[in-house]
Amino acid sequence: MTNPDPQDVVVINNLHKAFGRRRILRGINLRVRCGESVAIMGGSGTGKSVLLKHIVGLIEPDLGAIQVLGQRIDELSSLDLDAVRLRIGYLFQGGALFDSMTVADNMDFVLRRHTDLRKAERTDRIMEALDWVSLQATANQYPAQLSGGQKKRVALARAIILEPEILLCDEPTTGLDPVSVRTVSNLLVRLQRRNMSVITITHDLLCAEIAADRAVFLHEGKVLAQGTLSDMRTHPHPMLKEFFH
Amino acid sequence: MPGLKPFTERLGDLSLFSGQFAWQVFKRPFEGRELIRQMDEIGTKSLVLVLVTGCAIGVVLSMQSRGTLARFGAEAVLPSMLALAVVKEIGPVITSLVLAGRLGAGIAAELGSMRVTEQIDALEVAALNPFRHLVVTRVLACIVMFPLLTVACNLVALGGGYLEALLSSELDYRLFVDQAFASLRLSDLIFSTAKTGVFGFIVAITGCNFGFKVRGGTREVGQAAMQAVVVSSLLVLVANVVLVRISLMLFG
Ligand SMILES: Nc1ncnc2c1ncn2[C@@H]1O[C@H](COP(=O)(O)OP(=O)(O)OP(=O)(O)O)[C@@H](O)[C@H]1O
Ligand SMILES: [Mg+2]
Repeated sequence: MTNPDPQDVVVINNLHKAFGRRRILRGINLRVRCGESVAIMGGSGTGKSVLLKHIVGLIEPDLGAIQVLGQRIDELSSLDLDAVRLRIGYLFQGGALFDSMTVADNMDFVLRRHTDLRKAERTDRIMEALDWVSLQATANQYPAQLSGGQKKRVALARAIILEPEILLCDEPTTGLDPVSVRTVSNLLVRLQRRNMSVITITHDLLCAEIAADRAVFLHEGKVLAQGTLSDMRTHPHPMLKEFFH
Repeated sequence: MPGLKPFTERLGDLSLFSGQFAWQVFKRPFEGRELIRQMDEIGTKSLVLVLVTGCAIGVVLSMQSRGTLARFGAEAVLPSMLALAVVKEIGPVITSLVLAGRLGAGIAAELGSMRVTEQIDALEVAALNPFRHLVVTRVLACIVMFPLLTVACNLVALGGGYLEALLSSELDYRLFVDQAFASLRLSDLIFSTAKTGVFGFIVAITGCNFGFKVRGGTREVGQAAMQAVVVSSLLVLVANVVLVRISLMLFG
């Protein structure tokens, strides 16, 4: 591992992953510093979601090392892995709300298991989180009754309910109207101000522009380019030229 | 129809999955709340179905056998014949097969769609062991509820048989009950009811396994549900043969 730095919350070295004969990730290197907000971009099917799932140990790498909050995720026992996972929030691409539970129960479920808060305190915390995404009114509704954008925002509220140190967002703004894109992107900025490190997969230039300090562009299983958005815009590679115009 | 190799692979996978159950079932924290919810759901989902099935079977059995028995002048053994048939075999097996269709498909479809919508991953990421939360609770609930539902089915089937018999001849219900239970041994009663706990295990673990293994989308969820019903029904029937063999060795 190249000189580990306590400032780095995520360090990925030479990550390889294949599904059957299809090689999806072919040597990814990535570093995210504490308090940084990084956008991961790239065409559909390049393995962005697969990369993000490696960071929480949902997928095991074929080769390479993944260090998260100072620990080798790919080598932890399941108990230690759970301890690290509690410090990470994950927003799934489709929201992944538990559809047998109401919106409030979706969050209460996590709080009940992982905190010693009493019922009233948990309710306050849930309402605060829902207020933050402007969806308090939906607390007693079921996920099936929400619109796509509302689901995303509830899922975002659920992802941060335990106040994680790292937030991983898989396409938080896809399918939203431009106003909601701004709203959600600004929420991510506010989280970063609370000293959360944020990694966001996005196709959305507006979202990346508002929320990210830095962008990483994946292509054919590798990091093709990284830097600020203006670096990306002026990058000579044809793939990036096409993507950013 | 899937080939033989995938089938044996699935069985191997199912055994591993059962092993995982045996390991996880003793781990804390115990999901008591979810277990109660599952038992409640199983009861409300399938009680009516089981009762209707039981009643229909009792009536038909009684109708079919009465004529035959009458030809040999043996109408008097109808109650004991009914009781033996229903309590020892027909009640447990039919209940379990009906529940395999109802619950096996339901469990596989539910967990399968949770898998494809990443809800199972979401549990995992929130450090909420999905196996313990989803699988252990459902399997335990089925192990408890199958025998209870079987008892309900048996009672209704005997009731149905009695009512049917009443239509043709005056038959005091006390006499009916006395005769019915005189022929049953307690060991038969207990064993054949308890064996449905095993069937409950088979149906639930198969449904969970097929649901957990779904990859892809809604089409795969539907297939998993269908396969779970086929495989768990077959396994129930095979397990029944084995269990009956064992009971004959134990109790004669
Ligand atoms: N568990 C899995 N098993 C087999 N193949 C998988 C699995 N997960 C992902 N893949 C494959 O890996 C490839 C990359 O998937 P991934 O979801 O990471 O794409 P993505 O970059 O997030 O695309 P999008 O922008 O459309 O979400 C896809 O072709 C997908 O079919
Ligand atoms: Mg994706």
